[in-house]
Amino acid sequence: GCFVFKPSPKKRRVSQKTVNDFRERNNDSGDAELRFVTCQSLWNKIKSETEQIQEDLNKQLFDNLGSFLRQSHSEFQEKTTKWTCRMKSREIPTAALVLGVNVTDHDLTFRSLSEVLQNNITPYIALLEAKDCPGIKNLMQKLMGQLMNCYIDVESLEDEDYVQVSQNRIRCSMTSLINWYKSVTKKTDSETPSKKRTSSSRHLQSPPVVVIFKDMESFSTKVLQDFIVISSQHIRELPLVLIFGIATSPMIIHSLLPHSVSSLLCIELFQSLSSKEHLSTIIDKLLLTAQFPFKLGEKVLQVLINIFLYHDFSVQNFIKGFQLCIVEHFYSQPLSVLCCQLVDLKKRVNSLSHDQCENIRRLPSFRRYVESQVSEKQIALLTADSFLKETIQKLLEDLHVYHENYVPVLRCLHVFTSSLPKYPLGKQIRELHCACLENRVWETKEYESCLQLARMLNKSDLVTMLQQCVEIFVSSSGKEFDKTVEKLKEFLTQFQKLEEAFQERDVSVSSQKELQKKTDLYHLQKTLLELKESRRSKKLTKFEMLRFEVVDYIDSLVRNYLVPADHKTLHEIVYFNTASVLRGHLNAAPRTALHTALNNPYCYLKNQALKSDGGSISNKAPDICIAYKLHLECGRLINLVDWLEAFSTVVMAVEGPNADAVSSDQVDDIIHARFIRAVSELELLGFIKPSKQKTDHVARLTWGGC
Amino acid sequence: GIKVRKDKTHLTVSVKRFVKKLENISDDEAQEILEEKNYVAALGICAQDPVGNGSSVSGSEVYSFQTPKCSSKMAELASELAQTPGQSVAPDNSECPEKTTKTLQSSSGRSWCRSTLARECTFKKKEFVSTTPYRLRKRLAAPDPYLESESEYSASCSEEEDEEDQKEVGTVLSGRKTPAKTKAASTPLPRNILAKKIKEDKMSNLVEEYFEAHSSSKVLTSDRTLQKLRKKRLNQQTLHDLLKKAPLAYAAEIKELNQQHESLFSKWMLQLHLGFNIVLYGLGSKHDLLEKFRTSVLQDSVHLVVNGYFPSITVRSILNSITEEVLDHIGTFRSPLDQLEFIIKRFKEDSSLELYVLIHNLDSQMLRGERSQQILAQLSSLPRIYLIASIDHINAPLMWDQAKLSLYNWLWYETTTFNPYVEETSYENSLLVQQSGSLALSSLTHVLRSLTLNARGIFRLLAQYQLENKDNPSYPGLSFQDFYQQCREAFLVNSDLTLRAQLTEFRDHKLIRTKRGADGVEYLSIPVDDSTLTDFLEKEDEDV
Repeated sequence: GCFVFKPSPKKRRVSQKTVNDFRERNNDSGDAELRFVTCQSLWNKIKSETEQIQEDLNKQLFDNLGSFLRQSHSEFQEKTTKWTCRMKSREIPTAALVLGVNVTDHDLTFRSLSEVLQNNITPYIALLEAKDCPGIKNLMQKLMGQLMNCYIDVESLEDEDYVQVSQNRIRCSMTSLINWYKSVTKKTDSETPSKKRTSSSRHLQSPPVVVIFKDMESFSTKVLQDFIVISSQHIRELPLVLIFGIATSPMIIHSLLPHSVSSLLCIELFQSLSSKEHLSTIIDKLLLTAQFPFKLGEKVLQVLINIFLYHDFSVQNFIKGFQLCIVEHFYSQPLSVLCCQLVDLKKRVNSLSHDQCENIRRLPSFRRYVESQVSEKQIALLTADSFLKETIQKLLEDLHVYHENYVPVLRCLHVFTSSLPKYPLGKQIRELHCACLENRVWETKEYESCLQLARMLNKSDLVTMLQQCVEIFVSSSGKEFDKTVEKLKEFLTQFQKLEEAFQERDVSVSSQKELQKKTDLYHLQKTLLELKESRRSKKLTKFEMLRFEVVDYIDSLVRNYLVPADHKTLHEIVYFNTASVLRGHLNAAPRTALHTALNNPYCYLKNQALKSDGGSISNKAPDICIAYKLHLECGRLINLVDWLEAFSTVVMAVEGPNADAVSSDQVDDIIHARFIRAVSELELLGFIKPSKQKTDHVARLTWGGC
Repeated sequence: GIKVRKDKTHLTVSVKRFVKKLENISDDEAQEILEEKNYVAALGICAQDPVGNGSSVSGSEVYSFQTPKCSSKMAELASELAQTPGQSVAPDNSECPEKTTKTLQSSSGRSWCRSTLARECTFKKKEFVSTTPYRLRKRLAAPDPYLESESEYSASCSEEEDEEDQKEVGTVLSGRKTPAKTKAASTPLPRNILAKKIKEDKMSNLVEEYFEAHSSSKVLTSDRTLQKLRKKRLNQQTLHDLLKKAPLAYAAEIKELNQQHESLFSKWMLQLHLGFNIVLYGLGSKHDLLEKFRTSVLQDSVHLVVNGYFPSITVRSILNSITEEVLDHIGTFRSPLDQLEFIIKRFKEDSSLELYVLIHNLDSQMLRGERSQQILAQLSSLPRIYLIASIDHINAPLMWDQAKLSLYNWLWYETTTFNPYVEETSYENSLLVQQSGSLALSSLTHVLRSLTLNARGIFRLLAQYQLENKDNPSYPGLSFQDFYQQCREAFLVNSDLTLRAQLTEFRDHKLIRTKRGADGVEYLSIPVDDSTLTDFLEKEDEDV
């Protein structure tokens, strides 16, 4: 069933091909190469950025783990005193690493973890996965293989053969492992080799042997138990440290292992950052920044976030989706050549070909822009390429400025909305971002209620928020915010003044208190009425007025800067908006596609004969559709004879006219054959299977119409 | 066989149709009379209908592809269909989908149907009231399932009822009471009630339905078998030839569809190179598409084609072809995991290595196992191995958990081609295709021809005995002692040792199977189906 095809060596393609693939379809409009290069460099930048983020996020965790490991074997080193008193206790130091359900991301975490440990703590690290260790023997084999290989890596590759042989020869037992460990550590101790100095200085005197169980839940309990019991016997000779990767909750250790075994472990719990926070950071650093010219449209972002939230919680998959967006955008949009850093923009705009200019003129957002111009300018834009290029450059720079301003204002708005009760505009900044991208946010009901709630904020909250906003604007790269910062600072000082004024007003309040002393009923009533009157007529307090002012100012900022991107001219160049493609590729529904094809072949085969309304199917449909439709009406088992008969009647009804042309016998045979094909195709698709329950029956594998 | 119920079936269908047509005119009275007439007439005539004709008609009745007018001439229907189908059928085809949808979906249509049905039931009551009260009461109580089975044209369901009816009418004729056979258990819950209820109700009802249908081990389908059919089982070759004769429907549209997919080839290449792997899904064989992809794009690069549908494919053979042919490595590996490790190592070392892997039917029986998928996933995660695969099974995505999915790094492409699964199904051991049969027959004759005359006699004895007992479902096989006795009587052996020696020879050629019964006695049987055995004996008789 396998066939290898090898081209003759001279004909092999050169590595230029990826670019060619990019070009092949778009041979009409050039720039493919440039686009590809831009795409690749952008992706590489984003990739390294995400890796950096991941590293930063995990740093804390790894530091903690590292210190734990150091500590755990420090006891081992102080053999003389402490260890002797612990002779009897055979506890294995264990780190339970709770990583969350996003199993997909764990691999990366473990890889960087083992890298960090290898660099800082110990060369002896074994990464074990459940799928490699169905039994204790396999586990030991794997463990020893990894440990001894890593020993080779540290030492040198000279005596590889020797070790290769010995690895096969050595019986995989704890004793041999201990012997190996002793010899290794002794060697490092006795030798004072120059080549090893660097590594041994970083590593400790007798480095611990770290065994990482990547997916602790999927290990069979017996294997785990055996391994723990065995190694606890030898913990005195071998400084073993276990790390359990846990996807669910630390309780799993106790439910997997009986008390007698889990008491052999000295467990310390480590919690990694939740993937939701990770994602927030990623979105923050990748999307809410003007650093990258490429942007995601609202629907696309929604799709990616939905896949994350409803399917896997995997940041890796989110980034993969992001990569796909980039590729798809640069591949399908010829104008994406302009989706570059501002520095390169001028050159690229100037080198645009006439075709590309036409492409720009065809953009809906550009057409809207043209229509809004005066007629002479319209003509110039539509006819003169050079003028067009100037305008494009200006517009794209505007777009860049828009992004620069958009982000700080968005963050500022988020500061306000995220502290309101019930979060009308969402708790996370990504939700706010989506809302702003979708349409004019200030026209939505949620925004209205946000403003109303903001008008009821108390002073201290308001002041802290304003301070945060000031920080955001100060740190932002936007140039227009000097005034804003000033204005906000002015608000802050006004609040400060208010506070002073408030203290003064306390005096006047005390005069009111005077009233209370006179306890004459008539007077009291009178004064109270007066007070009430004055309060009703009294204008808002200064604080309230100021609060209104602040909210109005924020509102004006929002209206100014948070215009949805698709209202901007030339947004098509930098925004990727075809969410359907993305969903089709990442979150496909193969079963739905099958059912649609079977139920309504017209969706795919555009033939009028197949056109039908509703879910029904015409008898002219392909054979498999008819057979499928017939089988839907059956229960658990289907009699093949009945099915065949029904099928042949349906088919005969269509082919009636031809029936008498050929001898009926032969037609029958052909229909029979077609039926056989349809049935075996349905079997291949998994709708039916042969059944032994009754002769000539097949069993249905689906239920009802689904 | 008296096919009474079939005609009733037909009537309800036709009545429904009538009613809808005459809805505006609303002369149901006349309709009812006509219908009664039809019914009676049909009852009388169809009683004499030959089985062959009746059965060939039944499907079209159930599927309501006939014009309403035909209902009055039930007996002529079959011949009419055969002789002048153009008249009655052709105009109806275009209408038929609309009609069925109306009956199925519009509630007004439904209520109409139900009312007519009720009328019909009462009418039936009039006819049969003295003889089959229980059944009709049953029917009246739950008219909907009946309607359901007709309007949604359930093939075997109606057949099943048909069978029952034959029995029942028989009992009626013989003047007995109808057996109080409960039908309720087999009838599904009325579906139009579901439609009215809210969704959750629908769900719970669906659940109930499911368990109702799966609770009883009894299966209510007709007992007809293919053997009774005039047509013989086709073998693979004739099937292939026959299908070649049959023109592929909608060839132009399918071609257009495929061209759409072919335009994506360069995009696939791009995405493969960027680290994604591609999986194709959708109805229709993707074999040709992938083959075209291979020939048009991959000519100049090393690639591996895996026919997953091939019944003896294993991961090991895939790995072997990579190590032996792509990497030119001679030597064996202890386990697939070792082999995988070797491949990974080689690909990491040598950056000039590149391999395209095309897997037809990644979800085939042989490859869908957890371990094979794991290995393939790991293989595909290598940066310079580009995997493009197709899946067909409806539950194929269940093969992969999150970990495997991330290793595969799929990009999904819907490529519905509507191409027939020629290659993929040719290895399938279908019920309808006599594949192993012909093979077994030739091997039987082949082996036996090389044996002595006595040995052939021994085998004949066993075969004959097995055929005599073919209707006995609990036939365990021929016990050794009895067999020995018979062989002795036929002067074929003189001691049980000789017999045992012969049997060993048979067993070595997998001609017989021995099974120890509960009493410890050895039972012998031939693991070949009865029809093949009959053919074999006939052939033997010719030879002798």
